[in-house]
Amino acid sequence: MQKFTTFTSIAMPLKRANIDTDAIIPKQFLKSIKRSGFGVNLFDEWRYLDHGEIGMDNSKRPLNMNFVLNQPKYQDAKILLVLKNFGCGSSREHAPWALKDYGFKTIIAPSFADIFYNNCFKNGILPIVQNNNVMDELFSSTDKITINLDTQSINVNNKTYPFKIDIERKISLINGLDDISLTLQYVNDIKAFEKHYFNKYNWL
Amino acid sequence: MAKTLYNKLMDAHIIRENISTALIYIDRHLIHEVTSPQAFEGLSIAGRKLWRKSTNLAVPDHNVPTTNRSSGINSISDPISRIQIETLEQNCELFGIDKISMNDIRQGIVHVIGPEQGATLPGMSIVCGDSHTSTHGALGALAFGIGTSEVEHVLATNCLWQSKSKNFNIEVNGSLNQHVSAKDVALYIIGQLGTAGGMGFAIEFSGDTIQNMSIEARMTLCNMAIEAGARIGMVAVDEKTIDYVKDRPLAPSGIKWRKAVEYWKTLHSDKNAYFDKTIHFDAKDIKPQVTWGTSPDMVVATDGYIPDPANAKNQTEKINWKNALNYMHLNANTKISDIKIDKIFIGSCTNSRIEDLRIAASILKNKKIANNIKLALVVPGSGIIKKQAEEEELDKIFINSGFEWREAGCSMCLAMNADKLETGERCASTSNRNFEGRQGQGSFTHLVSPAIAASSAIAGYLSEVK
Repeated sequence: MQKFTTFTSIAMPLKRANIDTDAIIPKQFLKSIKRSGFGVNLFDEWRYLDHGEIGMDNSKRPLNMNFVLNQPKYQDAKILLVLKNFGCGSSREHAPWALKDYGFKTIIAPSFADIFYNNCFKNGILPIVQNNNVMDELFSSTDKITINLDTQSINVNNKTYPFKIDIERKISLINGLDDISLTLQYVNDIKAFEKHYFNKYNWL
Repeated sequence: MAKTLYNKLMDAHIIRENISTALIYIDRHLIHEVTSPQAFEGLSIAGRKLWRKSTNLAVPDHNVPTTNRSSGINSISDPISRIQIETLEQNCELFGIDKISMNDIRQGIVHVIGPEQGATLPGMSIVCGDSHTSTHGALGALAFGIGTSEVEHVLATNCLWQSKSKNFNIEVNGSLNQHVSAKDVALYIIGQLGTAGGMGFAIEFSGDTIQNMSIEARMTLCNMAIEAGARIGMVAVDEKTIDYVKDRPLAPSGIKWRKAVEYWKTLHSDKNAYFDKTIHFDAKDIKPQVTWGTSPDMVVATDGYIPDPANAKNQTEKINWKNALNYMHLNANTKISDIKIDKIFIGSCTNSRIEDLRIAASILKNKKIANNIKLALVVPGSGIIKKQAEEEELDKIFINSGFEWREAGCSMCLAMNADKLETGERCASTSNRNFEGRQGQGSFTHLVSPAIAASSAIAGYLSEVK
């Protein structure tokens, strides 16, 4: 996984609550057996005016220019601002794959759905929780925002907002660590556990 | 120290603990075709082996056609869906994973076949790349949905890193009103909590209403825990749980059975166990429910009216309601029974079990669906449920009333196969999500129980049971 480094970007405001993973990446694109290429179909039903299907030439599709993602000033946004319960619904990891593939590195929200939140870290995306007052300030600002994971801070317009993150997750993101390699360091613990466990619960 | 059911289950599976996360052992990993191909690919690229074959069980369900399957995988007309199912077959063969193929009578929705086969047992830790894995908690298991990276992690290590959830006790007491089912209880609770009300929690459903529910009804309830934002929904083990598991193909027998039962009987929250949150509901307050919007918490009683955004409790809710009404092509204050329906779907991991089909059939017996209903589908949760229903001649009741009787799969719940709504079509559906476009782009979903789906089919409008 790529290391997560400090970056500065404009933030794209998408003022909706309860954005579900079906909206982030509709089901027809889940038929792909690949991990990449979902970015062009991120928010597909809101972003395009026609019905999208897998394998279409997306550059020829009519855009919904009222949707914030299509507005020129947000073309290089790497930060997404949303309202509460972002990523609810289906556990599909295609949602963070689509966000990442599009170019988003950080999502800031008052809350995230549990499975989606977890899936973000597996893909080098940093989800940040902020209270509604901070969210209001971020939404009302048009300045560039700096995300510093090392100091756990959001910096905008000479103001700093701290954020929380589990220490293990922070270390993994900063170093771009692969979870499976980490876990396989504990092979002996797992084997010892199994020995005891299957003796105790011998019907499993 | 007094422990909750969730804490007992977690403690039994912890291999080691770090500062904020614990490495837990996984007993059962259920696999389907949509969220697994990238995990198998990752495993192959890294040259990693499968840790434990017998943890895993695979079944195709999301993409399978529900119409004629006599030519096997070639029956799938969509080439992309076909590749996904072929890929699952190939991966299972490559890694030596047990699979139930599309034309096997045991095939069905992953969350239906797990308990049906005894692949789901009380006390197990169960994961699947699907958010409705919470269903299995109905048997006193620790069950939750995961993403594809975690699917790969489980394949490679048989473990997962988990941060502990908080404990939430939802207690329901009293007798349920006539025609009120577990689905209505689930929708009512979601309406009260909101779709983020269970975020960060493992929910345990308790109280005499839950104790009096069948295991299948408890599955419906736990299935919908995720729609309240909780990854985990559980019910304590009791005699019904043990009776349900007994003699299932993968359940233990003999001395092992007796030893298992002895353990399973300890799987309940201790008296005075600490819950971070507790809410009580009275069963008599719960009427048959129907969703009117684009989120499962946008729900009212079937004898009610579409709410008015003017009465929303804050600005955010007001905007949400307006957006939802706009998407759903509905007006505030419309009577629910004035909403005309185009299609009916009875099925999904929420409501496709034999008891669901019996309830719907009992209402449809000697009745015809209304002329305005373009399509009414019954999609049983598994081939075994289909056969059972046919033995009870429920299929005849459905077909005589105008329903189509289909093969098992996820079908129109998420419309990855050919079963979908067209733009502008409105459906009374026994599934679990009414998100924008869920059953087809620009389509409108009203979540209901099997009883309400059947009565709405007869009326042609969203309707209470007459």
